Amino acid sequence: MALRFEPRKGTSRAMLIATPLLAVLLTLVAGVILFLSLNIEAGAALYHFFIEPLESLSSIGEVLIKAAPLIMIAVGLAVGFRANVWNIGAEGQLTLGAIASGGVALAFWHSEGAYILPLMMLAGILGGMAWAAIPAFLRARFQVNEILSSLMLSYVAGLLLSTLVYGPWKDPEGMNFPQSRMFNDSETIAPLIEGTRIHIGVAIALLVVLVAAVLIERTLVGFEIKVAGLAPAAARLAGFRQNRLTWLSFLLSGGLAGLAGMLEVAGPIGQLVPVITPGYGFTAIIVAFLGRLNPIGILFAGLLMALSYVGGENAQIAVGLPRAATGVFQGLLLFFLLATDFLVRYRVRWIHRGRQEVRS
Amino acid sequence: MSLDILVPMTLTVIGAATPLLFAALGELVVERSGVLNLGVEGMMLAGAVVGFIAVAGTGSHAFGLLAAALAGAGMALLFGFLTLTLRANQVATGLALTIFGIGLSALIGVKHVGIPIPALPKLDIPGLSDLPVIGPLLFGHDILVYLSLALTIGIAWFLARTRQGLILRACGEADLSAHSIGYHVIRVRYCAVLFGGAMSGLGGAYLSMAATPMWIENMVAGRGWIALALVAFGSWRPWRVLFGAYLFGGVTILQLYLQGSGILSIPSQVMSMLPYLATIILLTVIASGSWRGRLDAPACLGKTFSPPS
Repeated sequence: MALRFEPRKGTSRAMLIATPLLAVLLTLVAGVILFLSLNIEAGAALYHFFIEPLESLSSIGEVLIKAAPLIMIAVGLAVGFRANVWNIGAEGQLTLGAIASGGVALAFWHSEGAYILPLMMLAGILGGMAWAAIPAFLRARFQVNEILSSLMLSYVAGLLLSTLVYGPWKDPEGMNFPQSRMFNDSETIAPLIEGTRIHIGVAIALLVVLVAAVLIERTLVGFEIKVAGLAPAAARLAGFRQNRLTWLSFLLSGGLAGLAGMLEVAGPIGQLVPVITPGYGFTAIIVAFLGRLNPIGILFAGLLMALSYVGGENAQIAVGLPRAATGVFQGLLLFFLLATDFLVRYRVRWIHRGRQEVRS
Repeated sequence: MSLDILVPMTLTVIGAATPLLFAALGELVVERSGVLNLGVEGMMLAGAVVGFIAVAGTGSHAFGLLAAALAGAGMALLFGFLTLTLRANQVATGLALTIFGIGLSALIGVKHVGIPIPALPKLDIPGLSDLPVIGPLLFGHDILVYLSLALTIGIAWFLARTRQGLILRACGEADLSAHSIGYHVIRVRYCAVLFGGAMSGLGGAYLSMAATPMWIENMVAGRGWIALALVAFGSWRPWRVLFGAYLFGGVTILQLYLQGSGILSIPSQVMSMLPYLATIILLTVIASGSWRGRLDAPACLGKTFSPPS
């Protein structure tokens, strides 16, 4: 008996939805095996991972505020991935958004007023865009591989942030800790719901999903993006310019990542510190794929991934699961997703050896 | 500059270049077969942590190197299965391999952080190693340094002069033609991917066994990505990759030297940006300048091969 793969005529719609669920299921199975090999009781670990975060309003809030940046960034990245533009430096663009908006906050530290937050938001978006403009320019002008350049810039951005908080932007009254001053009240976003840390970013993320869904499905630009990704030659013939899509993808994803960075420092963190994200920029890549590069799909994928962050922290405290396990789960999930993706494009048939097989 | 400085500086350049050279040579073979594996960073981490634990457990460096190579190859097998057998997107799978490798190595190594192990011994050749200047420059290195240089020669010869090398290049330049002549494209690519994984594993092992003989979480710190850039910089030729790796070693030494000298009051974080910025600049130079490196990229690089049926 042997396996044989037969290409499907089109992509299977049922499989398109079923495979992410299958991938999640397989990741759970692998997770249980991992727990057992670490001598951690699997039932308890799974409970802390997936149920406990949803048991109280405040921890649901934590899931939502972690989902917001993931979703925002992933939507931006998905637009690029569809057009074959690989921005994998969102982590750096997020960091630059945080630096730019933090810079504004520190500059206006003695002032108060309703204009400061919008100004910080603008600075965050522009900061992310500026950082994303570098790989976009290098790719559009010199054909430099954007995967490598955007990734290298992420390392540079991280170092830039620590240069600032260890140096010129260090809090003068901060006992020499590497962190900036705490932002004042008109530089931080207040929680929307009492008893949680849910902030305006959650609403913004939802808005981003809706706008992106319309952009991709209902506009010419969205169509160009799809064609450029699926059939680059056809896109060229139709006169769609790849460079324009490169710029669009990078500025959009960079701006959204920068906005996410601003929301992190003005929201839950409230100051600049050397590390401001637990890898949101990279995890967003997984979120984008898990959501099938579709804004609505990304919404669910982002919520699931945020759950794994909060759950991972719970399991760390409750059953001593190492912090790194969350990363392993995320990697496994992406693997299983890519593996099961096969079922979307191919039919798997068992061929019985007894019968003469006609080889073409 | 006096010789007293030149010798230790050269040694540091070699130390910084060797892990890059291993990973980049491995990836070069992979890419020449038509496969783009972006998981170098993850495979290096796997090699670094597994090699370290093997040495810590057995005390044998030989065993550690073997384990590191196998760990890298094991990660590569996962990549190969997904991209070659299940025909998944190579870019996405490579990214997944790196994310997975970062998490897995941190998980495996969590109990070993900061414990020192004996460093990979230097091959001391009595008499020769004691020669002034030439001794430490030529004869005082560990086995991996010599192995990396031998592999550069070996791979250059293999690709240019052997039948197998020709077949491998055929798979990278014209997969359909290679297939129709009767070569097993997928099988060749599997071999290349596994070799690349083993090489990345050894590059990682150099970091955790020779450069700084201890395990630190995420200690590869982007070198896997720099190695990927070096392959493009070297326009897919082993000798140019060797040159690139040592050039990068030079950038690292420049950073350490400036930092140590205290002449310039530049924060250490800014100096640490140098290798990453240098990578971007080099990529731009080869893409735009007279090198025209990108024109030499294997024609089928990164494209999924589905045999016609």
